[in-house]
This record gives sequence, C-alpha cells and structure tokens, in this order.
Amino acid sequence: MSPLKIKKGSSKHSAYNLRPQFSDVQETHTLAVIVDNEPGVLARVIGLFSGRGYNIDSLTVAEVDHTGHTSRITIVTTGTPQVIEQIKAQLGRIVPVHEVHDLTVEGASVERELALLKVEGEGEKRVEALRLADIFRANAVDSTLGSFVFEITGAPEKIDAFADLMRPLGLVEMARTGVAAMSRGT
Amino acid sequence: MTRQMTGAKMVVQALKDQGVDVVFGYPGGAVLPIYDEIFQQNDIRHVLVRHEQGAVHAAEGYARATGRPGVVLVTSGPGATNAVTGLTDALMDSIPLVVLTGQVPTFMIGNDAFQEADTVGITRPCTKHNWLVSDTKNLSDTIHQGFHVATSGRPGPVLIDIPKDVQFASAEYVGPEKARTHHYQPQIKGDIEGITDLVAAIEKAKRPIFYTGGGVINSGPEASRLLRDLVAATGIPVTSTLMGLGAYPASGKSWLGMLGMHGLYEANMAMHGCDLMINIGARFDDRITGRLDAFSPDSIKAHIDIDPSSINKVIKTDIPIVGDIADVLGDVLEVWKARGGKVNREAISKWWGRIEEWRKVDCLKFKQAGPTIKPQYALERLEALTKGHDRYICTEVGQHQMWAAQYLGFEDPNRWMTSGGLGTMGYGFPASIGVQMAHPEALVINVAGEASWLMNMQEMGTAVQYRLPVKQFILNNERLGMVRQWQELLHGERYSSSWSEALPDFVKLAEAFGAKGILCKDPADLDDAIMEMLDYDGPVIFDCLVEKHENCFPMIPSGEPHNKMLLGEASTKNAIKEGGAVLV
Repeated sequence: MSPLKIKKGSSKHSAYNLRPQFSDVQETHTLAVIVDNEPGVLARVIGLFSGRGYNIDSLTVAEVDHTGHTSRITIVTTGTPQVIEQIKAQLGRIVPVHEVHDLTVEGASVERELALLKVEGEGEKRVEALRLADIFRANAVDSTLGSFVFEITGAPEKIDAFADLMRPLGLVEMARTGVAAMSRGT
Repeated sequence: MTRQMTGAKMVVQALKDQGVDVVFGYPGGAVLPIYDEIFQQNDIRHVLVRHEQGAVHAAEGYARATGRPGVVLVTSGPGATNAVTGLTDALMDSIPLVVLTGQVPTFMIGNDAFQEADTVGITRPCTKHNWLVSDTKNLSDTIHQGFHVATSGRPGPVLIDIPKDVQFASAEYVGPEKARTHHYQPQIKGDIEGITDLVAAIEKAKRPIFYTGGGVINSGPEASRLLRDLVAATGIPVTSTLMGLGAYPASGKSWLGMLGMHGLYEANMAMHGCDLMINIGARFDDRITGRLDAFSPDSIKAHIDIDPSSINKVIKTDIPIVGDIADVLGDVLEVWKARGGKVNREAISKWWGRIEEWRKVDCLKFKQAGPTIKPQYALERLEALTKGHDRYICTEVGQHQMWAAQYLGFEDPNRWMTSGGLGTMGYGFPASIGVQMAHPEALVINVAGEASWLMNMQEMGTAVQYRLPVKQFILNNERLGMVRQWQELLHGERYSSSWSEALPDFVKLAEAFGAKGILCKDPADLDDAIMEMLDYDGPVIFDCLVEKHENCFPMIPSGEPHNKMLLGEASTKNAIKEGGAVLV
C-alpha cells in the first residue's frame, strides 16, 4: 500500500475501475460507433484497426439517418481490457466520429445477424434440411429441385449452429451480414 | 451580401481571414490557379522551398515558434507524396498545420491522370483529418474547418485536397464565423474530482516530481506561466521530455534537466524514485519510460492530457485528468490554494537532498583536451556565446540533437524545434527557415549533424533567396553518429554503412549557394569562429569538425529501467541484453 491515501489503480476516476487493469484476459466487445456519413469515414475506422494492430471480428455499416447523414458502424472486436479502452479512445479521436458506445459494458444488449445459406441435395437430406430450417425459424427464400437458399436471423452463435447442421446436408455457400447490435431498454 | 468568387480566390481569402501571413509551398500544374491568386495580392507571403518536404518542416518550424498553424501549399501527385514525411512528423509531435494540395480535376480522378495520386488515401493515417473538396461551394467552409481541427484539442496536421476544376469554378464564400465547427469541440475543462485528487496527492507527497511534455508548449504561453507558478509555490522538482524543453526555464531553481534515454542522471533517478509523478502533457513515450515493468515502481501517477487516448495507453494512470493544460493547471493552483496551499515541505526538502546527491555525479561532464573539438564543448561554447540573444534553436536528429538538449539551456517556450516522435533527419534546416520567417530579427540556429543536414540541403537556395540569416551549426563527425554508437554497443563494432564518405566541402558548398561557409577544427579557434558566424548578416554553414567516435551519454540502454543508466564509456560493455536488442 502506498503511503498516499489513493490506492494505486483504484481511483474512482480511473478508466478501468471495474475490471482488473492491464490484465491479459482477452475480451470480446461490441461497439456501436455513430459517424458522419462522409467519404472515407469507414476507411478511417478500418485504417485505425489495421494501423494499430487491433482485431475486427465483425463489422457492419449503413446510414441510419438519411437527413442528418449519420451512419452506424457496429464493430465486434477482441482484446485485453487495456486494448479495448484504447480502441474506444482512438475511435473517439476520429473527427467525424460522434459517439462510441461499448454495448458490452453499457448493460444488456441485443445482437442480431442475418445470413443466407445455400444447401444443395436430394431425397432424405433435402427433407432433413427443411425440417431443421423450420426448427431454427429459417425461411427458404429460393428453391429449385436441387437446392434451397435459407434466410436466418439471430445471434451469431445461432447462425453458427445452423451452419454446422447444414454442412453435412449439402451447405455449399454462405453470406453473413455481420452483427447489428443495440442496448436493451431505454 | 453574397460574395461570389472562384475556388482559387476563396483559398486566398480564407487564408487571409484566418490571419495567415506566410505560406510555404511549391507550385505545379494542379495548383496554378491558386498561385495566380497569390501573385495578385500582397497580404500573404509565399516562400518557395526547394522540395515539398522542406515546405512542411518549414511550416512546422513556423508553427512551433509562433503557436499559430503553419500553412503549406503544394501540387498534386509528387507534391503531395513528398509532403508525407512532414505530415507524419507533425502528427507525432502534435504540430498544427494546414496543408493544401492540388488535385487533378474531379472528372479525371481515378483515371491514373498525370500527377494524380490518391492524396486523401495516402495521407489518411498521417493527418489528424483530411478532406477532398469535390464542390467549390464547400471549399471555404472546409478550409475554416481545417484550421479549427488543426488547432483545437490536441493539435495536428490537416490536409485539404482541392481538384483543379474546383479552383476554377465559382461559388459563394463562407467566412470563418459561419463555418461548421460545432461538431468537433474537444474537452478543455478538467474534471474537478480528478483535480481535487491530484491536489490531495500533492499535499501528502514526500517525493513528488513534475514530468512535463510538449503539451505544455502546445497549450500556449499561459500554460508555461502557470507551470512556473505551481513549481515555485510547491517547490516540487521538474523534469521535461525533449518536446517540453523551455516550458520551465533551464535556469529555474527546481529544474532537473531533460529525462529519458539520454536524459540527465538526476532526472531519471528522480523519476525512478518518486512517490508521486505528475505527468503534464507528456505521453509516456518509450524514449522516456525505458523498461515498462520497472518504470517508476513506487509512484502514484497523475496524468493531465487533452487527448483521452494518451491516458492509460502505456502506463496505468491513477489520477487521469483530461483537459487543456493551461485550464487544468489554473484549476489545480486554485484548488490547492483554496485548501491552504499545503505541501510536505520537510519531506520535499529531504527529497531535494537525495536529488543533490545524484546531481553530484555530474553526468554531463566531459574533458576537452587535445587538438580535436569535442561536440559537447562546441555546444557549451555556442551556449555561452549566444546566451543573451533572442535565440531559437532547431536540430536535426541524432547525437547532436541529444547533446543540444543536454548542453543548451531553454528559458522560454517556443524556442526549441526538434523532431521528437518521428525522429526525422532533415527536419532542422527547413524548420529553421520557418522560424526565421516568423521572427526575422531573431538569431535562429540549426544544430545539425552533417548526415542529417545533407538530407534537406537543397533548402540553402530558399535561405539565400529570402535572405534568411539562419545559422547551420554542423557538428561534423563524418559518421552517422547515433547509428555508429548503437553499432558499437550492440553489433560488435561492425560499422555497417554508418560512415559518411565523400562529404562535400561545406565552405565551398555555402559559397556555391551564395552564402557564407566557416570551417573550424581547432578548439582554440572555436570562439572566434562562432563569433564570426553570429556577426555575419546572412545564412552561414558552420562546419565544425568534431571528435569522430564520441558517444552520447548518459544513456538508458534499451530494455533497461531508469536506474540502470550508462554514464560513460567504461560502463558500456554488454550493457544491452538480448531482450533490449530488438528494441529501437
């Protein structure tokens, strides 16, 4: 204990008062970044991640306010608590960035992703694919005599699980949107 | 009243409205309309450099010597790419610059046109922000935004890329007061709880130290004044990074000298042994911290910085305060006084006792003997002979830069321009041109090594053309001195490519440009030669032949903490271990 009253690293103003500081534990966080929809803004965000060696697990972006020209970028990233804090601070420095929300620490949140899966097969496998799709509430949005395209929405884990089941049944192609996320409640 | 004008005219009008008096630049096809407008007015002076990198460093020198943003105007393609090193340098050292680049016309962008480059793409990671202006109606607004972003919060370089058709087209001019700047307003005011915690820590600390950086200079003269007040009131010792020299005067009672890899022994030992470290506008750079896990192990760390991303980036901070240095220091002083202005005087006086013991080591001592000039001696004499002058010092990068920081004293902010973060050889000469443009009557000296100086020697043309009496004080050891030093310490004295062969005759070189050259190799002639340099009203290249194998000490070897400093040649054997060898 230091002779001074303030315990090292325990200041209530410290950025990491709730978690072990400079720990080596890798955490996955979902960030919602509100930006001006101007040319190059996505390149700035991606350039920040590549230039400073941070991870991007998933990234989605679209304009959410057409009159105010603001876009929402949802980034899922993995790093130590220190790295996550740095990522947020560095994102905050980008001039067209308005807000950075860490949905993982700001309370409960909803995370959804949409995927399209093409499954080719005949006979019993085809029937089984349809049955599983029904259980996962996936819709067949295209069908031919030899294939289906399923549309599924849900948490990334649910989509992973569905894809794992479809693989032996003839999964040939998959497209995923990446995560869109929002905090729960008001 | 609407003010319709061409984009080119808008550029000049916007610069005037921003109070710009000097632009450093180089013309080319894609900026000719702007150059035409510059030709037709007299408010803004244009300095024609000899290479675009020189323009950016000159603007950096101007910005650092005045506290106002430096302005650069260059053409598309190679003009813009040549500016990249300067932009990166300014970003690393937080220097406000507004760089205007020409671009091929909008309808040709993406076609690999002549002198086309993706300038905003190339400069995105090396500017604070950049814009490609695709419509003349946005041009003046964007330029004003550029000045706002460059100078607000943590300063930095911005770049505005202007296609040639945008320069020709007309639109309505928007003045600075109407420009859209509201969305970028960094926090100025420090959190009062953090400030109160800091004051409480100051009141109790037994071994406190102020560790100040370039942020104090960037915040403006008021920040330096408040720092001096705070130091005087508390009696706490103060050390500074390379970037922060001059914020607290070198002649000040509480001055410990620079800290870091080539910092003073007493400064580094005090950093290692302190119980309260108050970081004011510095960023725990790796030149400062040495080995992180052994960095100042027993101290509470307070950190005042305008950039939230600097806090907890490398060193865990106990008392973080985000805000402008001048504003926060004002509040700290006020709160501290309101609480009775207490410090633990007895403990601090004991702390000074320990510091005096470290000071007795006299880590900068050297012996000038024999027929060769020691570089330290050259700087000691330069310091003695220029002390009373209205003096600005620039440097290049390397041993001479560290010696200049060690042996020259800085009494005021904005008097010291050196490339700190990026370590750009070739910075000092053009920077000295920018400083002299800002302060025509002042004595501007660039302390250089011969290798660094050659990297932008073409700017002799600029110095002579504009009659800028910049003094190029070259410590010539015919070596890439710092590289040589590391090869000696780390690579078995195998001096791979660190020997400057075929150096020019600097006196003849000066004369070829129409300047004055002075050669000095005898210690006995040094004072007279320096006086001759000072007395000459014009640019001078001073070729000072110095000891070729002198190493720069003290030194924290890479991978070691502050208390493991090397003080001289005797201690260098196997000083850098395997782990340290991979560090730069």
